Parts: sequence; C-alpha cells; structure tokens
Amino acid sequence: MTIEILMPALSPTMEEGTLSKWLVNEGDSISSGDLIAEIETDKATMEVEAVEDGKIGQLLVAEGTEGVKVNTPIALLVDTNELPHATIKKIAEKPYLEKEKIPTKLINENSITIESNSSLITVREALRNAMAEEMRVDKSVFVMGEEVAEYQGAYKVTQGLLDEFGDKRVYDTPITEHGFAGIGIGAAFGNLKPVVEFMTFNFAMQAMDQIINSAAKTLYMSGGQMGCPIVFRGPNGAASRVAAQHSQCYASWYAHCPGLKVVSPWSSKDAKGLLKSAIRDPDPVIFLENEVMYGQSFSCPDDDNFTLPIGKANIEKEGNDLTIIAFSIMVGKSLEAAEILKDKNINVEVVNLRTLRPLDTDTIIKSIKKTNRVVTCEEGFPFAGIGAEISALITEKAFDWLDAPVKRVTGKDVPMPYAANLEKLALPQVEDIVSASLQVCYED
Amino acid sequence: MKKNTVKKITTEPMMNYDLNLLQGMYKKMLLIRRFEEKAGQLYGMGQIGGFCHLYIGQEAVVVGIQSAQIEGDSIVTSYRDHGHMLACDMDPKGVMAELTGRKDGYSKGKGGSMHMFSREKGFFGGHGIVAAQVPIGAGLAFAHKYNESNNVSITYFGDGAANQGQVYESYNIASLWKLPVVFVIENNKYGMGTSVNRSSAGDNLSDRGKAYGIMSEIVDGMDILAVRDAAIRAINYCRSGKGPFILEMKTYRYRGHSMSDPAKYRTRDEVDKIRKTSDPIENVKSILNKMGVEEKTLKDIDADIKSVIAEAAKFAQESPEPSEDELFSDITVN
Repeated sequence: MTIEILMPALSPTMEEGTLSKWLVNEGDSISSGDLIAEIETDKATMEVEAVEDGKIGQLLVAEGTEGVKVNTPIALLVDTNELPHATIKKIAEKPYLEKEKIPTKLINENSITIESNSSLITVREALRNAMAEEMRVDKSVFVMGEEVAEYQGAYKVTQGLLDEFGDKRVYDTPITEHGFAGIGIGAAFGNLKPVVEFMTFNFAMQAMDQIINSAAKTLYMSGGQMGCPIVFRGPNGAASRVAAQHSQCYASWYAHCPGLKVVSPWSSKDAKGLLKSAIRDPDPVIFLENEVMYGQSFSCPDDDNFTLPIGKANIEKEGNDLTIIAFSIMVGKSLEAAEILKDKNINVEVVNLRTLRPLDTDTIIKSIKKTNRVVTCEEGFPFAGIGAEISALITEKAFDWLDAPVKRVTGKDVPMPYAANLEKLALPQVEDIVSASLQVCYED
Repeated sequence: MKKNTVKKITTEPMMNYDLNLLQGMYKKMLLIRRFEEKAGQLYGMGQIGGFCHLYIGQEAVVVGIQSAQIEGDSIVTSYRDHGHMLACDMDPKGVMAELTGRKDGYSKGKGGSMHMFSREKGFFGGHGIVAAQVPIGAGLAFAHKYNESNNVSITYFGDGAANQGQVYESYNIASLWKLPVVFVIENNKYGMGTSVNRSSAGDNLSDRGKAYGIMSEIVDGMDILAVRDAAIRAINYCRSGKGPFILEMKTYRYRGHSMSDPAKYRTRDEVDKIRKTSDPIENVKSILNKMGVEEKTLKDIDADIKSVIAEAAKFAQESPEPSEDELFSDITVN
C-alpha cells in the first residue's frame, strides 16, 4: 500500500508554501515523528513530521519549489519493505514536478503594472520597509510587541528588524497587551515614537482603556501640551477559519473616538506610504492591516521618502455610474466587482478610503455628485459601522444628488462562525457587492 | 492585612538634618495643606465642579520623595494629584485655575482636577483611570533608559490601584527590562470606601513585588524624614541601573475619597487620633521647634503661604472661562 504525503496547511490562511528542503531521501525508512521536510510559509519556516511508518518511495516535489498548494502530494510512502523501487515509481500517478512549472504567487503578476521607480512587493514587505526606513532616519522610533524581535514577527512583518537595529530598538514583550500598550504610551509621552504591534487587533481590546483614555485624550486634557506620537499596528478583520474571537473588524470602534487617527491600507503602496506617515505623525495612529493581504503583491514606490497623506482617500478606478466606497481588503473585492459590473455596462468608481479618521469627506461627496449612486463595503458589523457613518454623511451633505438610497455591504450581524460555509456567508463577498450595486442602479 | 512592620524612625538622630532643607519641606507640605483646604472651600462654594480628591494628610509622601529627585526625573500619579503638582513647583495659580475650569488653568480648563500636566516640570499627569498611570510611568522610565539619561520615573498609585492587573503587567516588564522606575504605593488604607483589609489579599502590598524580583520597602509615610531616606535609597538603586523599586508608604487621608464622600466607613475617632498623633506637618514643626526655629518664623511662613493661596484662589476665580473655540482645539496636533 502506498500513502501520499500531502503538503500540509501550517496556518489558518496558508494556501501554498515553499518546499525548502527535504530531510529524507528516496528509499529511506522512516518512523512516525521523524522529520521529513522543511516547509516555508509566508509566516515561518516549519519542519514537517512523518505521521506514518514506512519507506520513502518517491519525492514528488523538488527541493526549493515555491507555490506548492496545500494538499498537493509531495512524496509517496510505502508501508512494505519489500516492494522494489521500480514498482514504487509506477504507483506514482503524478509526474515529478519541476520547480519552474509551479506559479510562484497566488495572484497573476502579469496583470499588475509596475510603475516607474517602483518594485513588485508584498504588503508585508512594504510594511517592514516602512518601519525600517523610518528607524534608519529617526532614532526615537522603536518597535515593540509580542514576537516582533527574535521570532521575527508572528506574521513576519517585522522580519529582519532585530538583526538590523538590535535589541535596543526592537522589543519582544510579554503577552500583556494592557501593560505594554501603556508602556508604549508612557514612552511616547517621554518623546519617543513607539510602533506597537498587536499580534491582532482582537487582542487590543485588552488595551482599549490605555488606547482611548490615555493615548487619544491626553492632548486635549492637557490643553495641547502633551501629545502622544504612537502607532498601534497589526492585522484587523477576518483571517480564515479562526472564528468569533479572532475575526473582527475594529474600524468603527476606533474611528468613533476623537483624538485618534485611524488608517487602513489596502495595497503595498498604501501600506508603505501610510505607515511612514503614521510613524511621523505627532498623534496616536491606529493602523489596521489585514492578514489576508500580507502576502499579496503590488507595485510600490522604492523611494525612502515616499509617503501618503493621512486623511486622503484614493480613487482606484474612475467611473460615472456608481461609487463603491471601501477600505482594506474590500478595495480589492470592489475592484473585482467593478470588472463584473463592466460587463453589465455599469461603469464603477472605486474609492479606497485609506484613512477612516479623519475621513476624506470631500472625495466621497465629489464622487457622489458625479455618480449619484453609492455602495459602501466593509468587513465589520453593519450596526453603527463605517458604512452607517458614510451613509449619514451623504444624507447630510449630498442628499439631493442621490438617485437611489445608499446600500451597505457589510459583514453579517453575527459573531464570526467557524464552519467554512457559514464563515463565507458571514463575510461580504464580491457577489454581494455586485448584487448591491445592481440594486442601487435598479438593474436587479 | 496584618499590622505592618514599619520601622518607626525617631526624630532624635535626624537633628543633623540641614535646617534649610527641612524648612523647605515644611513649607511645601504646608502649601499643599492650605491649597487643599482652599480647594475644599471653593468646591463647597460651587466654584469647582466634578470630582475633587484632596491630598490632606498625605503631604509627607510626595514632598519627601521630591526632595530626593534630580532635574529631569519624571512623575506620574492618579487623580489625587494636586499635591504632586505643587511638589513639582507647578504654579498654584495655574493648578487652582484648572480646578475652577478657567482659561489660565494648566489644561486651559479642559482637563480639570484629575487631568493636569507640565512637561517642563516633569509632571506627566494626573490620570483619571485607577492604575492607568502605572504602565505609563514604566513607559516614562523606558524613555529615560532608551535615551541613556540618568533619570528615573516616580510612579505613584494608591492601595486601591494596587489590585489592578496592569500594575502587575508593569512590574513584570519593568523588572525584565530593568526600567528605572520607583513604584510608590500610597497606602492610605482605603480604596474609596473599602478598607485595604477588605480588598487586598496577602500581608503587605509591597510584598507582591517579590514575585517579580522587585525589591521593596515599607515606610512610615507620615514621617517625612523616613520618606526622604527611603526615597534616596530607592532612587539611587534605580539610577544605578538595577531596575525598579517599590516603596509602600503607609499614610492616611483625612478627608473623604472625593468631596462627595461622607466617609461613613470609618469613625471620626480614627481620623482624629491620626491627626493628633501622626500629622506629618506637625511632626516636622516639632522638629523645627527643637532645632531652634522660632514660633514667629513658623507663623510668618504660614502667613506667606496663606497669602500665596489666597492669591491663587482669587486668580482662579477671576480668570475667564476658556473661549468657545477651545472646544475644538487640541484634539489632534495636526
């Protein structure tokens, strides 16, 4: 009997990985628990253990192959000692995969235009570059958080920072969000510029009092004397299959509070330009990233001085018939919806908010005066969400320009379920945006 | 909580203290006492609103510790903060005008009693959430260390705050990273209306540092000389790079938790007894007497302070309310 050893999923969001090293050879006898390979994901390099006893019949994927999809057979394990090698080869249904035959990235890079003086980099790399560049020019910038130093970041966003800047600039903290958020705030009061990473914003609820009561309000309470130049950053929103306590969009929570700036990038360019601005900003900035976006590649300016202004939205695609307003991961989904709607002769304008507080009301209103129809998109809950706020703003400032009621596409009003089918239903999908758009255009 | 093991330091060996230093500390304590009495009066007159937490009875703690600090050290405390600000040499006029919510207050009238700051004087608040100042104080210590300065952070909190989780999160990090922070527990025996015995497990609050490898000392917080000596030891320890230190100051507040607290949870006798036997200001006064300071000099000091306070109160009542455009200023820097 031959058993296929499959490419394992090593994290909730892993869809593919690199088979960086085989630790066994064809013909080796192995026991359950033996290390057989090293696999690199976008988060970490991990060793894979054999789960059965037997003999390695054939290695199906070459060492160094990138983009090996989860569940792809990577080796064959034979449980009899007697089968000759030739027989084993015959059992193999799939041909030996050559390294270059596998696409290296999930997205089709050919479709991305690389702008001049720019490179194709992932959102993760853009965030890391932003921090490293700012740390090089400003000694008061330091990074702290859980696993940011020696572990190289739970999501590898801080990879290499410890090596370059040393342990006086990059700090691993205990798992005590309330305490280390407060220490970061105190350091900011002491004129340093901390970048505090939350492993996810779900954990930042433990630090909510410090963020709101100490970071956001002190400038006002001190009559303008004592600002708090700090960045709280980390992944926000749903990852994949991690259920209710680890999948929530906090955009409207933070955007509710005066004294904070709330930024949420979509692309690598957004990530780099906005994080650099956030670090340079004299106010506390909540920087909401998205785990699913970390591995996606975009064209990003190389310039060390490239920044994007906080408080300015960006029109990702111009159109005349309908405005879709989105931020973070929903920008990509909105662009996909726009492609589908193009086939139905609806020319969509996609607004990437980039910043939620202060909100770029001018860009929103200008776009609505042009298109007269609006759909808002977010992963968060509908009640008192970002879409609700935008809808109210539009009613106050551009009611007479509307040809249809504003439609909100949001996460469902339920804690995030674990089951794959329910999770998909709970999260806003491209089809939901298309359907809302058609309704707003009275085309449904 | 068991009876503590405070070493009662008699005043006799302290006769060698520098007279100017002692007189200076006496003046500061008296300034705080008179300031708080006036604040209580103004509150009663409706000139001060909201919460107002008086420091009367605890003056020796902050003044004794302040006497051991150097330029650049930082201070952070809770909402019972008037005494700390005056100890930092912040202007009584600006503090009182903040209490009355006027434009010349330290926060332009936008912070009030619990929220005042002066970077210039090293005073970082004035924090209204119980124990929130503790990680902030550790963060200020982090900044001192990061900047390779010789300064320390003095982080005050009460016995009530000592049960908050963020205190222990701060102890842990401060000890791990050897942050130069003196945690000062002002144990005035009551967290609002609940006595420390009814809210805090274990023998002494300072013992809790042991779990984090933090050295501590229990001090008679009514005896300013004992406070000063302990502060010198603690601050020297921190300044030399050995990490945090905990001082538990056994002290007592004469007034209620805030102005609206009738203090029914303790007897009048209890308060009177402490006032009569261990008042921190009377303690110093008797030392000054023994050192030969004349009654007239002490009376003159009192008169001077009364006039400073009267002036501050007048200023605080005459200063205009903040202009209406202040409503929308200082929310963010840009």
